[in-house]
Amino acid sequence: MSEQLIGEQVVAAELSGETDNPTPEEQRSGKRLNRRQLIVRRFLRNKTAVVGLVVFLLLALLAIVGPYVTPWGWDQIDDSSFLSPPSASHWLGTTQEGRDVLALTIKGLSKSMLVGVLVALLSTSMAALVGSVAAYFGMIVEKTLLWIIDLLLVIPSFLIIAVISTGGPQGAYSWLLLVLLLAAFGWMLTARVVRSLTLALKDLDYVQAARFMSVPAPTIIVRHILPNISSLLVVDATLNVGGAILGETGLSYFGFGIQPPDTSLGTLIADGQSSATVFPWIFLSPAILLVIIVLSVNAIGDGLRDALDPNSGASGRAM
Amino acid sequence: MGRYLVRRLINYIILLFVAISLAYLLAATALNPRALYEVRNPPLPPASIEASLRQYNLSDKVPILERYWIWLKGVLFHWNWGYSPTGIPVGPEVARRIGVSTRLLVLGTFIGIISGVAAGAWSAVRQYGVRDRVLTVISLILLSTPTFVSATILIILATDFNNSTGIPFFEFTGETGQQGTEPLAWLWDRLQHLLLPTLVLVMVNFPFFVRIQRNLMLDSLGADYVRTARAKGLRKERAVMKHALRTSLIPTGTYFAFSVATLFTGAAFTETIFSFNGLGQYGVTTISGNDVNGTVAVTAFSGVCVLVGAMLSDVMVAILDPRVRLS
Repeated sequence: MSEQLIGEQVVAAELSGETDNPTPEEQRSGKRLNRRQLIVRRFLRNKTAVVGLVVFLLLALLAIVGPYVTPWGWDQIDDSSFLSPPSASHWLGTTQEGRDVLALTIKGLSKSMLVGVLVALLSTSMAALVGSVAAYFGMIVEKTLLWIIDLLLVIPSFLIIAVISTGGPQGAYSWLLLVLLLAAFGWMLTARVVRSLTLALKDLDYVQAARFMSVPAPTIIVRHILPNISSLLVVDATLNVGGAILGETGLSYFGFGIQPPDTSLGTLIADGQSSATVFPWIFLSPAILLVIIVLSVNAIGDGLRDALDPNSGASGRAM
Repeated sequence: MGRYLVRRLINYIILLFVAISLAYLLAATALNPRALYEVRNPPLPPASIEASLRQYNLSDKVPILERYWIWLKGVLFHWNWGYSPTGIPVGPEVARRIGVSTRLLVLGTFIGIISGVAAGAWSAVRQYGVRDRVLTVISLILLSTPTFVSATILIILATDFNNSTGIPFFEFTGETGQQGTEPLAWLWDRLQHLLLPTLVLVMVNFPFFVRIQRNLMLDSLGADYVRTARAKGLRKERAVMKHALRTSLIPTGTYFAFSVATLFTGAAFTETIFSFNGLGQYGVTTISGNDVNGTVAVTAFSGVCVLVGAMLSDVMVAILDPRVRLS
């Protein structure tokens, strides 16, 4: 058991990039793979996940490069075409105010993706921190943290985020508050899982040894405990991107999230939805893009989960 | 066992009390009912604005703890959840909307859950077969489509159908509309209005339960006791139904209890899009309408739902799992 876990730890260190490269000997033999190569190979075997990754990277590229190559700016108003359907000059049509739907969608895409990735990173870090601290210190710390987790689970996060962002500061940077709020209500379930995994780890010999050598607790958590659960954290962070994007667009849809003049896929969908039966192009482009991003993130997450899980069937025949 | 449940219940009640109090303090600080009066045209004199706000315990000139105390006394001693900024009592409004939400949600949620569980178990038995893959892809797509997108797409399709056939078959605003005079017309009318929202709710619940049940079923299909059952000579269907399916339904039971109890919290999108004046839609309108007491009441009700769900799933496990039941 402990041997296997130490193996896992090495693995985790490799995942985080601190790996020593395989010796040329190993590479030549062509059979021995280090863990990272193994994971990459298992991931690549999953066609859905690979498609998801490619689509996600393409969308990220579109979000970054798009604003420089589209014919219209997102805040530009074309006085000659209001509510016009897709045409040669406006590839995805225009809105009621004469703004280009393509440019708006790309702008919204970049904001939604940015929010999604930031929230996922923040909430997974928070989950790792709280879960491992609770289990490692035990006693009153654990009780308190678990109680806070229960409390946050009881509070309906959607309503509370809506309340705070309605009353909070408005302006160009109000989306950062939204990121913080979404992260603050997104970590609890993972923290519970991290806690139960840490409980199993903290009594292992090497953790005990580190403790008796008076390695400080934060170092033990960061160097010996978290690397062991990094598989879970990687998968969780990936799936959280999708959840965060859905949360952000949902709030923005009701006008509680991203505020105009800033744009996200949620605000665009809300704008387009009221007239979706008559002028569907305003609604359809951001909506389809939203589904595609979340779908690709979920596919990547599933693929990662299979690739990282030693018991899964993704090992295929080669193993 | 009984003592354990009572201790848990007390813990839940304390949790709920803290959560609702926090929600009140937060809503009373962040929302601004005064703004509603200040935009009136012709402008009201400040003194009368203040008087109306004080009358409903909403004035931000009163210290927040004092407002909280008045509100708490009202709730605890008179079961009075306060008033909206326009003076409508919140309690009866919430009660009425719970009825609307229930009529909307029950059908779709149950159909979604039951069909999802059945389809998940069905596809686990055919793992990696064509039908399993198709179902997995469908549920992945549905899972990645937010309610406000799927509902709107359904509305677009329904409008196209109505326009092309000339028959207003699909209805998508409100609970009721124009009724014919034939017997049972009221029922037909309600069902017509329920059709699309129910479809949306099925699309929400179905993929979730397909995934859960498929994973659980795969776990139990690979378990030793199922292999033993087969090795003893049990036919495959019987081994699957009696040994694999039964055990894999236990954890699903907890999700089921939780989903049923938290029905009301997730329906804001469906209710808003299809103009059902239910609780989820109330939550949204109270926040954008700076209605402090209404927001707190909805939050409190959702909190109660979550806790009832948690308690129910504890009880559900106790009933279904012989290891817990007999200990």
